[in-house]
Amino acid sequence: MKRFGVLALQGDYQEHSATLSRLSVQAQEVRKPNDLANLDGLIVPGGESTTMAHLLQKRASSSDTKTLGTELTSLIKEGLPVWGTCAGMIILAKKLIQHEPSPLGLIDITVNRNAFGRQKESFEQELTIPEIGSPPFNAIFIRAPVIVDMDDTVTVLARLQDGTTVAARQNNVLVTAFHPELTRDDRFHQYFIESATNHRVAQE
Amino acid sequence: METATFQVKSGLAQMLKGGVIMDVATADQAEIAQKAGACAVMALERVPADIRAAGGVARMADPTKIKEIMGAVSIPVMAKSRIGHFVEAQVLQALGVDYIDESEVLTPADENNHIWKHNYSVPFVCGCRDLGEALRRIGEGAAMIRTKGEAGTGDVVEAVRHMKTLMNDIKRVTTLTQDELMTEAKQLGAPLELVIQIKETGKLPVVNFAAGGIATPADAALMMQLGAEGVFVGSGIFKSSDPEKMANAVVQATTHYQDPKIIAEVSEGIGDPMSGLSVRDMNPQEALSVRGW
Repeated sequence: MKRFGVLALQGDYQEHSATLSRLSVQAQEVRKPNDLANLDGLIVPGGESTTMAHLLQKRASSSDTKTLGTELTSLIKEGLPVWGTCAGMIILAKKLIQHEPSPLGLIDITVNRNAFGRQKESFEQELTIPEIGSPPFNAIFIRAPVIVDMDDTVTVLARLQDGTTVAARQNNVLVTAFHPELTRDDRFHQYFIESATNHRVAQE
Repeated sequence: METATFQVKSGLAQMLKGGVIMDVATADQAEIAQKAGACAVMALERVPADIRAAGGVARMADPTKIKEIMGAVSIPVMAKSRIGHFVEAQVLQALGVDYIDESEVLTPADENNHIWKHNYSVPFVCGCRDLGEALRRIGEGAAMIRTKGEAGTGDVVEAVRHMKTLMNDIKRVTTLTQDELMTEAKQLGAPLELVIQIKETGKLPVVNFAAGGIATPADAALMMQLGAEGVFVGSGIFKSSDPEKMANAVVQATTHYQDPKIIAEVSEGIGDPMSGLSVRDMNPQEALSVRGW
């Protein structure tokens, strides 16, 4: 059985874990460096990016030699497949338009936080995503970020009608501005699990 | 594109889970809260302990103050309206707050009815003491629930009582047979469809946080272990002797609520918690949690 980690510092990590379980993947909640052992992939969930970034920079226990953020960064740089949804995308980005928080710099994109505005501008929108196929995917955007700039080596996976990039990948790093974990449509999780497995095979 | 759907409104509460929502009365306090890792702030005129001390009528905060706080932080900003005061709620929506708390901490404007919350694009959180109250609020459109506890006391006893009552109520409903559900709905004073939903899923259809009297990292972890999906800390942060340290410690204890070693470590050297007021010694007329119908 495959084993995927879900960063469980704050946010909707239980929804991701539940989806993974529906797809017969074991979900490991990750709160401490030890929890990162032997994972086939990792999900950074939706939540508050400032809260998650703050907790990633802490040593949870005085016996930890490194912060969770440092451990996680080196594993992803070594090729651990990772997917960030919404706040997760902010955490994984190289650069933010805003001063805070400090992202981990693992995918060459620039992100604008709360790009649509406050909560009353949050919305649902059906998106056509070639990797997912038909029917269109109901994407839920909550105080969502968007990708405003990216390196040539980043592949766009989904755009809004006005052309705004809301999903992308670069090597082992996948990001979405929306929340597939809040739906009962498991196709995006299926796609991540398959692409993570393929990436691992290609590496070996 | 669809805005203000129930999915979108309850979705923001999903994003707050595992986090700490802190009461703040100034932009400076909001910044301290954000820096310490709060997942949202509640913009108030005064924290509940000061509302108790001041007496008189407690109302929605001054819009100037709410705007200052919204301008100071990037995390979601909530604000309180009085129970049943739908114009305060309209004003808060016009200001663009991210969540409205129709709260018993303020003086109720209507002693029979709550706000019909379905009509708003901004989501609502409401307090409850038991399942019936939670389902009445959800029926009116609340997209998030919090157990009430007794705000502004620093005494966690009511928060524990309300969370245990709610959890036990839910458990009991799951054991009922179909032909017992209507009478259960009648006794709870709750919409039948929601009672059926509880029977089928074994949980509330929206996120549930704990509130009212949480004053230490251990209090926060206690509520999480009792089944809260996150915590509101009102007076507990900014009435403690070192708010910055207390805020940091409560955030970490909420994340690591299952790990007593970490809770012990973060509880060291954080100064004195708020002095507190024992609910048992309180004049019953001063209880805020009984407000709500």
